[in-house]
Amino acid sequence: MPLSMVRPGQRVRIAEIRGGRGLIGKFTHMGFYPGVEIEVISNRPGPLIVSRGGVKLGLGYGMANRILVSLIP
Amino acid sequence: MLLCPKPCYPELLMKGKAEMNVEKKMKKTMIALAGNPNSGKTTVFNSMTGGRQHVGNWPGVTVEKKEGMFTHDTHEITVVDLPGIYSLTAYSIDERIARDFLLREKPNAVVVVIDASNLERNLYLVTQLLELGSNVILDLNMMDMVKSKGVDIDTLKLSAVLGVPVIETVAHKGEGIELLKQAIIEISVEKADSFRIDYDQDIEDQIETLQNAVTLPGYPSRWVAIKLLEGDAEILKRVKDSNAESVILESQAKLERHLDYDLETALVERRYAFLSGLVKESTRKILDLMDRLDISDRIDRILVNRYLGIPIFLAMMWLVFQLVFTLGAPLADGIDSFMVWFGEAVSSGITGMKGPQWLSSLLSDGIIGGVGSVLVFLPNIMLLFLAIAILEASGYMARGAFVTDRFMHALGLHGKSFIPMLLGFGCNIPGIMATRTLESEKDRILTILVNPLMSCSARLPIYVLFAGAFFSRNQGLVIFSLYLMGIVLAIVVARIFKGVFFKGEVAPLIMELPPYRLPTIKGVLIHMWERSSLFLRKAGTIIFLGVVLIWFLASLPLGAEYASEQSVIGKLGLLFAPLLKPAGFGSWQAGVALLFGVLAKEVVVGTLGTLYGVQEAGLTSVIQTQFTALSAYAFMVMALVYIPCIAAIATIKRETNWKWTGLAVGYSLVLGWGLAVLIYQIGALFMALK
Repeated sequence: MPLSMVRPGQRVRIAEIRGGRGLIGKFTHMGFYPGVEIEVISNRPGPLIVSRGGVKLGLGYGMANRILVSLIP
Repeated sequence: MLLCPKPCYPELLMKGKAEMNVEKKMKKTMIALAGNPNSGKTTVFNSMTGGRQHVGNWPGVTVEKKEGMFTHDTHEITVVDLPGIYSLTAYSIDERIARDFLLREKPNAVVVVIDASNLERNLYLVTQLLELGSNVILDLNMMDMVKSKGVDIDTLKLSAVLGVPVIETVAHKGEGIELLKQAIIEISVEKADSFRIDYDQDIEDQIETLQNAVTLPGYPSRWVAIKLLEGDAEILKRVKDSNAESVILESQAKLERHLDYDLETALVERRYAFLSGLVKESTRKILDLMDRLDISDRIDRILVNRYLGIPIFLAMMWLVFQLVFTLGAPLADGIDSFMVWFGEAVSSGITGMKGPQWLSSLLSDGIIGGVGSVLVFLPNIMLLFLAIAILEASGYMARGAFVTDRFMHALGLHGKSFIPMLLGFGCNIPGIMATRTLESEKDRILTILVNPLMSCSARLPIYVLFAGAFFSRNQGLVIFSLYLMGIVLAIVVARIFKGVFFKGEVAPLIMELPPYRLPTIKGVLIHMWERSSLFLRKAGTIIFLGVVLIWFLASLPLGAEYASEQSVIGKLGLLFAPLLKPAGFGSWQAGVALLFGVLAKEVVVGTLGTLYGVQEAGLTSVIQTQFTALSAYAFMVMALVYIPCIAAIATIKRETNWKWTGLAVGYSLVLGWGLAVLIYQIGALFMALK
């Protein structure tokens, strides 16, 4: 499911990142790539905040739909 | 040194002194400072170099380059501050600048400043630097936060595994900086090339293959091989000349067959796996990061919240403006009175000394009057920068970019554009310069083009004068309508330009959100001063020259009364008057005032005073006879839009090129004039029909 649909407080695993190389390159090198577990801190149409091991990243408009994740029970 | 038995001690002492005398000249070396954004790198830089800094540009780009210096023992160390980066890929200009610098200039050492409470992610950059062959010194900063969490970091272990010296610091308290300096001096130039991340066997095989097949002079071969597998665009471009292309593609293909996802991600994953292991081995209590997240998180849940986010943001902005204008006003008045007094003192002083009249006029009317009108704004501007420095240091600024991102996106702009826009309300010059944080060139230029529509503080006196004269009961409302108009116009113009010149997607906003921090007074003041002094210098020099020029034009031809209709500038004003007639203010005085306004908006009101021969107090009544309410509003609109001041134009040219500068000047002139005319004509029509 796209990250945009995840509720705050949920932990998810990144499955796929859709986008051009430049778009996802920075993301990947910062530690957000498929297989990694992240937590959604806050979410609403637009700004989305996720965290991975203490690193909080804000994702701007449109990014949330390009990241596909799977819920962790 | 002093463990020598008594007899030889004095000898050694003499020898030592002799050596010192020979070595008296400074040993000069250069080091680079690297680190993630928000790691405290800037604080370390400031602590090490004190005030001895120089800000410039990286060659060929508009990214800021900071260089500083410190001395220790007999060493003189130049410190080059690299941009805050997370890795050394080719994806962002900051990273390309960093790696180009490291490869070409080969600094003696690279000090990497790390937020020690975030080891894994911060160390990623270190691994990249080590693979590049840099001589790294690891600075574990923010150790106070680490200790307060009850975490113990085994620095010896880190040092051994990575093969680098490790220093602990608490930069904002100044702790550890001396040790850091010592380490910089003591670092041996022969680096141990021992650091290596073991990518899996398959990958290592291909790395070896590529190392044998491809060589790039000046670049470490293993690094090149890894970058090629990663698909690094810049390295690929450089290697395109040799015939190695097929070998590269083959290696990539071989590997991707076995992997679940692309090769680049596999490499990144391998690095993080290594780091994860290293961090686990070197930290006693795994930092319970949920603790760290908690407070900042809770704050964020409120501040960036779906419903409260925007209102809170607007409240913040209102607070900032209150601070700037309400607090700044009395200070501004103080400076104003001082300038007036100073001007008169100089004038009478020169007359008293039987000095030439023209000198008295030049100094008093020209320079003091002109430059004084700029200095009047210093309190407002400094307060604005202070507010912004506080917002940045506390961490709220990053959230602000996100709260506004959605709105900005609708305009075709980037969330990060909001800071330049905000600054523009104080002064467009730092606003335009702040666009450097935008990574996409398109977004940057668009923000720059639209920035002057954010009504800068220099235009405010014009509004106050005219609104006070004609709309005294609704003064605040009228002035607010002008600011609003500026914003609305910015939106419209941004959309149009976006469609015409900058088609395409806005770059997505990915930004790390630093934890909320209590800003330090020292840090905030330094930041405020940095920006204010830049403004002072830029505006001061150009305005100074401009003011002298105005004075010349107003004083010639000889014999003509200063700034009268007969002077050169008066004649110029007459030239423009017919153009301004359809807008309702076709007097030569208005023309001259607007002309002066090209040099600096602050000067317009003072000019009107001079031209009508009254002090500012009497200006209101004169204005009431020379303008009507309608033409006053048209005049204010013209002042809002018509052209950025010379200093701003110069800044635009510096940040872009002549083409865009020309466009900025052109569209604002046309739009300003057009709107003023439109308002006046429609208004006049309306009134005629009544």
